[in-house]
Formats: sequence, structure tokens, C-alpha cells
Amino acid sequence: MACLSLPQATELIQKAQPGLPFGNGRSYGDVCLNPDGLLWTIRGLDHLIGFNRETGRLTCEAGVLLKDVQALVVPTGWMLPVTPGTQLITVGGAIANDVHGKNHHILGTFADHLIRLKLARTDGEIMECGPTLNTPWFAATVGGIGLTGLILEAEIQLKRVPGPWLTTETIPYASIAEFLACADDSEADWEHTVSWIDCLAGSGGRGLFMRANHVQAEQRSEPKLKKSRLPFVPPFSLVNKMTLRPFNEAYYWFTRRKAGRQTVAHYQPFFYPLDNLQDWNKMYGPRGFYQYQSVVPREVGLDAITEMLKAIGRSGEGSFLAVLKTFGNRESLGMLSFARPGVTLALDFPNNGAQTLKLFERLDQIVSEAKGRIYLAKDARMPRALFENGYPQFQEFLKYRDSGIGSAMSRRLFGF
Amino acid sequence: MNLRKRIVIVGATSAIATHCARLWAQQAEVNMTLIGRDLEKLNRLAQDLRARSATSSIEVQVGSFDNAAGIQATVDSINSAERLDIVLIAHGSLSDQARGQIDLTYCQNELLLNGVSPVLYAEAFVSKMLANQHGTVAVIGSVAGDRGRKSNYVYGAAKGLVARYMQGLQHRLAGSGVKAVLLKPGPTDTPMTASLKEQGAVKLAPVEDVAAEIVLAVEKGQPVAYTPKKWWLIMMIIRHLPRFVFNKMNI
Repeated sequence: MACLSLPQATELIQKAQPGLPFGNGRSYGDVCLNPDGLLWTIRGLDHLIGFNRETGRLTCEAGVLLKDVQALVVPTGWMLPVTPGTQLITVGGAIANDVHGKNHHILGTFADHLIRLKLARTDGEIMECGPTLNTPWFAATVGGIGLTGLILEAEIQLKRVPGPWLTTETIPYASIAEFLACADDSEADWEHTVSWIDCLAGSGGRGLFMRANHVQAEQRSEPKLKKSRLPFVPPFSLVNKMTLRPFNEAYYWFTRRKAGRQTVAHYQPFFYPLDNLQDWNKMYGPRGFYQYQSVVPREVGLDAITEMLKAIGRSGEGSFLAVLKTFGNRESLGMLSFARPGVTLALDFPNNGAQTLKLFERLDQIVSEAKGRIYLAKDARMPRALFENGYPQFQEFLKYRDSGIGSAMSRRLFGF
Repeated sequence: MNLRKRIVIVGATSAIATHCARLWAQQAEVNMTLIGRDLEKLNRLAQDLRARSATSSIEVQVGSFDNAAGIQATVDSINSAERLDIVLIAHGSLSDQARGQIDLTYCQNELLLNGVSPVLYAEAFVSKMLANQHGTVAVIGSVAGDRGRKSNYVYGAAKGLVARYMQGLQHRLAGSGVKAVLLKPGPTDTPMTASLKEQGAVKLAPVEDVAAEIVLAVEKGQPVAYTPKKWWLIMMIIRHLPRFVFNKMNI
């Protein structure tokens, strides 16, 4: 059911229950699914409310896409301070999943830049909350996977940037220890850090570390973004044992050539490499894929990541979309926010049924022993015990849950 | 000299019009008047456009849609000395065909709203624009107006009226400084078509794409523009299907 305006949405959610706020549907798991109830789609809440070009304060309705925000504000010298690997998500979705970006060590998560948000509850109440206003409600709602109410609008503090350009550097690494050293070295001087890891290289952990800073570059033409689309769903996953190893090999050696020199890149391909291949997820065939993203504390990071890579290497599963990154030394504001100090590994896995799930059980074990957690925005299958251990504030969170809202994920992890 | 484009949008809070307004406001500074039925919705859109284009001037006005005198008054309220660059007439509703067949009052209202009302607006604006020998009046018709079909001929007939009227206007305006543009969107992903989407029957075009093509067609002063363009071919085939084939189709 479509939310079309703030008053209409407030009324709708009082009547159409149990429902679930639904943004642009880009979450990988069941966080945005509600097979036993209704979806309240918020793409109709796509109006801006105000944008102050002097202070960089943007107020907008929750259904605005990050893409539209960036397109508007970047030419004025501002940018979203935190952005995930796609801009095709709504502001409401970014808040509800408290997303992070490549600059977590400097700027934290999306919620760290919210001034306030407006929340509609299914009992008709409309509430404003923020870091200094109704703080517990704010802490429950950011990262609260949509379960505390419908986010109607948000005020965001943008970040000054000198323009759309970044200076980037690529550094190959040959082991997880090398990766960690490189991440530590880069933390102080580089705003954006991330790495691609070859998940088949075994426990060695070969990969490419990328770091970037915003830069004032002389006027150059914006890249022509070639939009392509995967036109159909292939009958089987194009990512499989036959293709993965050669692809990883080629990607590694190809990108490695850039090592050692700085290049200037536009923010779009740097932040959102997949956004120009529409329907890229179709390459995994009709059975789709899982993403497994975990974070483990820094102290055990080296061992835990090494163990996980070993398990993945043995199974032969995985894909070339594999990301290894360190989080900065800061806890997130949200009770169910994912980001925490440590090392995060994110991997896509074509869905090969039982054997994939079996691998996940092994990975769960490692995450659990390391006292880590799994990202709710990506999850479709984690066991309840792992959720409860990974998110110790979940009991507290329940106090703020809206009883008119449910999702496949809430039923799976909370039981209702 | 004021080089800002002077734009008036009738039915401005419709999804297609809203996206056209955003494109115009983001392209350059504009002086825009938004005409609609619901002041709250108009203000919401005006706020959105001001956020996108701080230096544009955006005004709102509640207009009349269901009677000739009200339409004339609404158009007259636009300062008549002004030189209008673009007038987009975009209001309408997707009629419930089944209801139109049993409820004649409803049918009449739909025909008036989707057919008569937009062309009266066009007529009234054209008179103003002819005085300056300048400007483009664009009306949103529909592919549904190209051939009557059992699934939506109440809506289709009204849009057919719009098409024929615009054809006449174009004939009259030939050689003048005023252009008339008829836009024919295919099924577009908007709140108006939410029920179509839930049925999952047709693939809906993204409203941003449709709006971008409309803005381009208006700029070029194209007499007729199908958006997305493939609908030109589809409708050409549908228009030319022999009746014995057409009557067997469930469309």
C-alpha cells in the first residue's frame, strides 16, 4: 500500500496492519519482506522539505533516494557524509538499517549525522526524536529495521566537499595481517578505506586495499555513466566454480596495475560501482544469492577472518564480490546498529542450497566464538541465538517496538 | 531583461507533472506557478522545488477544474501581461471502467475531468499566448486515446478528445509563434496506476524517464510525443489491427 503524503501515511498505518515500511527494496535479506502482512511503500514520500546551502542542513521525506540527494547537493559543495555501496536506497532505509560507508573510522554511521527524525506510530502518535531529543526512541529507531514506526522525514547534516572528485590509491596485500597493518596506517590520513579480497586465495588472504580522499580537482568532465542492464535471469548462476577463480585472478592482476600511483576518480564509480549495472543480482540465476556480512572485534580479527577465509576456501563457494574493511573505534548510536569497532567481512554467495547453508553454520560458529555479529540488512537466515548474542540490547529494543509492525525478519529473530 | 523561463503547470501535483517541475527547476532558475486542487499538496511541492532551486520563484494557486467559468478565472488570474514560455496541462484520473459503465454520473465526471477540462485550459492559455506570439502549451494525453478498448474506453475516449483537440489547435497555430504539444505516456509508474501495478499486468515505465522525455519534447515543440518511445510502434500496430483480430483480444 502506497504512502503518498505525510498525513495520508500517518492515517494509512493506523488502518492497514500488520505492515512494514518498504523503501526501495534493496536489502539483501528478509528485513524488508512481510509475507504475512502488508508493505507500506514509501517511494511516494519523495519530497524535499528544505535545503540550506550555507549550513548544509537537508530536510526531506523518508522516501527520497540517496541518489537524488547526491545529485542535488554535490554540485553545491555538499555531500552525504555517510553513504553505503549503493545510492539506490531511500533515506528511510538508510536510517532503519543505520548504514555505514567506507569512512566509518572518521564519520561513523548514517545516524551520526541526523539532527532529528519524525516517526509515525501505528497508534496515531507522531514523534520527533534525535540525538538530544527523545533519545531512547532515536536509539531504537536508527538501525531499528523499521519496527519502531514509519519514519516520515529526517533532517541530515551534510558534509562539505571540494567537489565530486576523490584521489585514490590501490595497494595490493598478501595476507590478513598485511591488510590490518595497511588499514592502521591509512586511518589517520585517508577518509575512505576499503578492500577487495580474493575469497579463494585461502587463509592467506590476497587482496587489494583501496583508499581515497576528497580532492579539489581542476574542472574535468564528469564521467559519462554507461548504464547497462542484465536483460534476463540466466538459468544458472554465472558466478560458479568455473568462473570465480579465473575472474578473481584477472581482477586481481588487472587492478593491481594501478598500484603505487594515485588516480583521480569521480565519487559515483568509487562509491557505487554496481549501480550502473542494473539488475546485477540476476547474474546469480533463479535461486539468487545470500550475502554474509559479519563484524568481529579487532582483538580477534586476524584469527577469526583467517578462519572464515579457510572455511570459505575449503567450500569453494563465494563470489568476486568480497569486501574486507576495518571499522573505526566507535560504537553506533542504534540499539540494533551493526557497525562496531572491529573488522568486517562481506561476501556474496550464490545460493547452492544445503551446502551454502552448511558453510554459513561454520561461519556462524566463528563469528559467535569471536563475539561478533551479523548485519541485519543483509541477513536472511541467522539463528536466533547468534542474533541475541550479537545484539545484546535487543531486550531493551523491544520496549520501543511498534506492535502494528512486523516483518519476516522480526518473526524469525524476535518470534513475532 | 528577465531570461528566466516562465512556466505554469496545471495539475502540478500529479506524479508526471511533479517530476517535470523538478527537472525544469533543476535545469535553471524559473518562475513557476503550480495550479492544483489541494493547497496542502501544492505547498508541499513548492517547498520541494524551492529546496532544489533556491533562487527560483515558485507560486501556488488553487484552481478550478470542473467548469468553464472557473477554468477561465483560474487562467485569468495569471498576470496577463506576462510572457509565458511553457504551460503544461497534466491533470487527470485513471477512470474505473466498470463503474463508468453503470454509473453515468461518474462516467460524465470522468469524461469532463480527463477530456473537456484539459482542453478548456489549453484553449484559455493559447489565447493569452497568442497575444505574445510566444510559448508552448503541452497537454498530457495518453496512449489509451489512440483506439477505444473495452478495458478503459471511458478514460480512452476522454484522452481521444484531447488528442483531436490538440490536432486542431496545432493546425490553427501553424505559422504562429505558439506551439502545441501532445504527450502520450504509456502506462507509467505513478500513484494513479498503483492498482495496475498491484495486478502486475503491465510493465510500468519509471516516472522520471517519462518526465525527462516530456521535458525534451516540450523543448523541441514536438507535435506528438509518445513516452516511452516504443509506444509509438505498439499503438501504431494496435490502431491498424483489423477488427476481426482486435475483437478477439482481451485488452
